[in-house]
Amino acid sequence: MNVEWYIVLSSLLFAVGAMGILLRRSPVVILLCLELMLNAGNLALVAFSKMVGNQQGQIFAIVVMVVAACEVVVGLGLIVAIFRRKLPLDVDELRELRG
Amino acid sequence: MEAVMFFLAALGALGGAIGVVAMRSPFYGVLALIIHLFSLAVLFLLLSSAFVAAAQVVVYAGAVMVLYVFVVAYVGGDTESAWEPIPGQRFLAPLMGAALFVELSIAVLSSSLMALGTHGADTKPGFGDPAGIGKLLLERFLLPFEASSILLLLAAVGAIVLAQRKAEQ
Repeated sequence: MNVEWYIVLSSLLFAVGAMGILLRRSPVVILLCLELMLNAGNLALVAFSKMVGNQQGQIFAIVVMVVAACEVVVGLGLIVAIFRRKLPLDVDELRELRG
Repeated sequence: MEAVMFFLAALGALGGAIGVVAMRSPFYGVLALIIHLFSLAVLFLLLSSAFVAAAQVVVYAGAVMVLYVFVVAYVGGDTESAWEPIPGQRFLAPLMGAALFVELSIAVLSSSLMALGTHGADTKPGFGDPAGIGKLLLERFLLPFEASSILLLLAAVGAIVLAQRKAEQ
């Protein structure tokens, strides 16, 4: 398969993830959609690594995976903290920081 | 054969992604994301990056998804209300997503990267195997490797601080 197909698939997945973030209001689902976008970026990195014939793009993808794991841990910790304080799990009701 | 595998995996990845967005219960969303991650691992294998595919299955589908399932079970997977704070959000969001896809596609198709329309460079049999990736990680990219381990430690400490119970007075 041409590299082009992988890049187009990756941008399609990225767009679906962005649409989910715009559409959903539960913080858990927003984190899941963030995962979709990060994985779409990973797919593009690995596809470009194959295109150039250089393994360094895969190292980049692995570092993105590490950062995604950190983001998940902190995000889920925040969700548990919100739940413990009996606040609503809805990003439209948690808007004290909105300007 | 490769094309068949690509289209099957692409279908799985796309279906999983749409499932994450469309499922009303977060629990089913997590299950759809697991399908998406496995399909992506197949795509990584097709791109001859065995180590990234294995890490994808072990780290994501193994560890991160278990964390998600625990948290969804803890906070309760209640579906969100149908109330829309922004009028027309349900129609505007897919429109914005489609616009983003069109924009990215224009950027990809009109790029001057000539190698995009090829199968990619000819790679040696050991391309992307754990030995090569490990050698790169521990020699050329040693500093980012250590920095990411510090980042993981900080994230673990941060999660414990965020989610701990308040001490009984």
